[in-house]
Amino acid sequence: MSKEILDSDDINRAIRRMAHEIIEKNKGVSNLCLVGIQKGGVTLAERLASQIEAIEGGKIQVGKLDITLYRDDLNTKVEQPVVKRTEIPYAIDDKTVILVDDVLFTGRSIRAAMDALIDFGRPAYIQLAVLIDRGHRELPIRADYAGKNIPTSFNDRIEVTLKEDNNKDKVVLISDK
Amino acid sequence: MIKSKHLLGIKELTSEEIYHILDTAAGFRDVLHRDIKKVPPLRGKTVVSLFFEPSTRTKTSFALAAKRLSADFVNFSVSTSSVLKGETIKDTALTIQALGADFVVIRHPSAGVPHFLSNILDMSVINAGDGANEHPTQALLDLFTIQTHKKNFQGLTVAIIGDIAHSRVAKSNIYALTKLGAKVRLICPPTLMPAEIGKLGVDVFHSIDDGIKKADVIMTLRLQLERQSKGFLPSLEEYFKLYGLTSERLKLAKSDALVMHPGPMNRGVEIESAVADGPQSVILEQVTNGLAVRMAVLYLLAGVRK
Amino acid sequence: MSILITNGRVIDPEQNIDGYNDLLIKGRKIQGLYPKGKGPSADKIIDAAGCIVIPGLVDMHTHLREPGFEYKETIKTGTLAAVKGGFTTVCCMPNTKPVNDTISVTEFILEKSKKEGSCTVYPIGAITRGQKSEELVELEALLKAGCIAFSDDGHPVTNSLIMRRALEYSKIFNVPIISHCEDLKLSEGGVMNEGFVSTIVGLRGIPKAAEEVMVARDLSLCELTGGRLHIAHVSTEGSVKLIRDAKARGINVTAETCPHYFSLTDEAIISYDTNLKVNPPIRTASDVEAIKEGLKDGTIDVIATDHAPHHLDDKNKEFDSAAFGISGLETAFALGLQLVDQGLFDIRQLIIKMALTPSRIMGIGKGVLTVDSDADITIINTEKEYRVDSSTFLSKGKNSPFNKWELKGTVEKTISMGKVFEWN
Repeated sequence: MSKEILDSDDINRAIRRMAHEIIEKNKGVSNLCLVGIQKGGVTLAERLASQIEAIEGGKIQVGKLDITLYRDDLNTKVEQPVVKRTEIPYAIDDKTVILVDDVLFTGRSIRAAMDALIDFGRPAYIQLAVLIDRGHRELPIRADYAGKNIPTSFNDRIEVTLKEDNNKDKVVLISDK
Repeated sequence: MIKSKHLLGIKELTSEEIYHILDTAAGFRDVLHRDIKKVPPLRGKTVVSLFFEPSTRTKTSFALAAKRLSADFVNFSVSTSSVLKGETIKDTALTIQALGADFVVIRHPSAGVPHFLSNILDMSVINAGDGANEHPTQALLDLFTIQTHKKNFQGLTVAIIGDIAHSRVAKSNIYALTKLGAKVRLICPPTLMPAEIGKLGVDVFHSIDDGIKKADVIMTLRLQLERQSKGFLPSLEEYFKLYGLTSERLKLAKSDALVMHPGPMNRGVEIESAVADGPQSVILEQVTNGLAVRMAVLYLLAGVRK
Repeated sequence: MSILITNGRVIDPEQNIDGYNDLLIKGRKIQGLYPKGKGPSADKIIDAAGCIVIPGLVDMHTHLREPGFEYKETIKTGTLAAVKGGFTTVCCMPNTKPVNDTISVTEFILEKSKKEGSCTVYPIGAITRGQKSEELVELEALLKAGCIAFSDDGHPVTNSLIMRRALEYSKIFNVPIISHCEDLKLSEGGVMNEGFVSTIVGLRGIPKAAEEVMVARDLSLCELTGGRLHIAHVSTEGSVKLIRDAKARGINVTAETCPHYFSLTDEAIISYDTNLKVNPPIRTASDVEAIKEGLKDGTIDVIATDHAPHHLDDKNKEFDSAAFGISGLETAFALGLQLVDQGLFDIRQLIIKMALTPSRIMGIGKGVLTVDSDADITIINTEKEYRVDSSTFLSKGKNSPFNKWELKGTVEKTISMGKVFEWN
């Protein structure tokens, strides 16, 4: 069974709100950069960046981070991993890095992302922005900015698709029941 | 996706698998350009090298690849081990497995030893050269290097010059290049051409000038110096005269042709120094790429469901 | 003790018999042949319904390994394997340790066979001392001790002059010189047939020419000397042609091949299965066809096993250092039967090639069911299918490339010198 829980307008509103929160919390954007986690976070980071730029003006640096090599489930996953590109074409030392992902679930991806990020330099702060927080954390990790909290059961799936990826904006909850 | 947890040869791979390894290697090449060149996916895994032939570059390359992936790397030294006391290869390999290794990287003068071991062992077997059969990671790194410069394998003409009969590098490259749609030309004296090799869909040349004409890539192979004493060649000087890659001859190939060599080189036997060090040479790039390719292989094999 | 074999289809090429007959054995001899149901009563009746009753097979090329390599095979286990395979006579090659080049070794083999053997064993003496291709052995002494032919099998006689002398000198006794044809320089380091498959698997090849140049040499020497030459384990198309041509010119040559040379091609070696490693090597499809053609037209006279048992440790290793050889006694007849099924020739021809002709070449009077001949009889169900399981071989050598093959033709009973061996 699948149910659309966010449509295009909902998503845009959530992104706009997160943009405002990011600006407010960091008192401006002077030392800020965004890093989207492959694969779902990359487009979202770009959209979040343009929203922040629209509000504050200036240019926000955006990178993409592949966490495949930092995962802890190489031998337990059914599918084989595909290593994607990491592109962070700027120094992150002493920056405030906002990690961006589509869904926050167990927290393991974020753990891997922080490990990966630290191999690129020493940021002053790492903050986390996610479109959906669905609960069920297995690690002490929380989002600084969440578009929407959605209660789910563990075996549900959440699919986020965005129009930049040749699709329409939507968030769908798929459950086995 | 990679189907087998062993890398025995290119023969056993599909073109999709080859491309998957090359794509993964591209990711690892990025890692190698970072300040911190180490990533954690093989933490807690152990890679053991078991080399029955002398090798520095391949073994070092595998060692670094393993360490860059955060695996432990141990060399099982054949020259100082029980192998010299008559232990069979089977017992040696089982010992390594009992020590808890996850991968064994093997080089052996007998063709088929990796296949033999893969039937006995639970751990992954990686062929680092077996007799005159295959040297799959060398071919993969050669492909990776060609891909960097030429993008597409379809319609590419690759000339391989040298001791084809005894060369596992040539064999692996022949399988790999033909699988990906490149045209392969083999150039060597008839005494060093393996039987019925033409059946693999390659063109055979005994004249280097004919063979490298308009080639996109030229691979020269190391000539084992003992070929002369075994009667395959009258002299190394005559070999260089007939088959050495010189600047003059290189002009017959396309102007942007790549010059490759798996190393170690015999300068003045199979290749002139001016060519080896010249602008068309990608020989050192091959070495760097070898690391990325071997990281990709270790990483992908670790991900194959046991 | 008398035994009557009844209800079977009795085939004896020697007497041109092929029909349902009763066969009476008394002691160690065949006593009589009667129309079906007309045989007299006997102490023991063997019902051979659905089976063929044929002369016990004769293998003129067996390695029993004893003395010296008892961990690979002994006279006891080798002759048990023989009777299991339907053979009642084996001729054992001299490449033991020590080499059978002196009467003491010959006598040892014969005594041991008498004590522990299940079938008749005839030793083949070496041609040269220590099989070193240097000096001839004492032929007369060895013949007197019980050898029936000479061969340096396992090694060729590299010295052409010595080979000439052997062919000449053996004429005194009218015994065959069995030649293992291999040019050691051409085959050096080789472990399989040289060709496309050796290129693919990267193993060193043995060219067909390594066999053929020696076949040509020995045929020339045979023509020169008028001696009796027997070419062992013919494996190539070229050798078949050379022998065919020599026979047409009246040269006194006979030849054998082995089941693996008409049942397998080198393509199987893609698996690096060391059980496929044998010398001469398994060749290509065109060679297999030529071997079959040679068997059919009589160029090749005999199917021998070249039974070469090895210990598992000698095979369970890298292809290059694994031992050469196939444990062949227990699958030979079923593989020969495939030729009959393929229509190459009839079963009578198969019996000729596996019993009558080898016996004639060796001059031992076996391979027949005539009255008063030795009670060597094999009873085979030629229709029964089975799956080869080399672990159940009675030979110590489980090294068979035919393991797990589905074959037809089971040896139900073998009677060797009147003694009955039965299975199933």
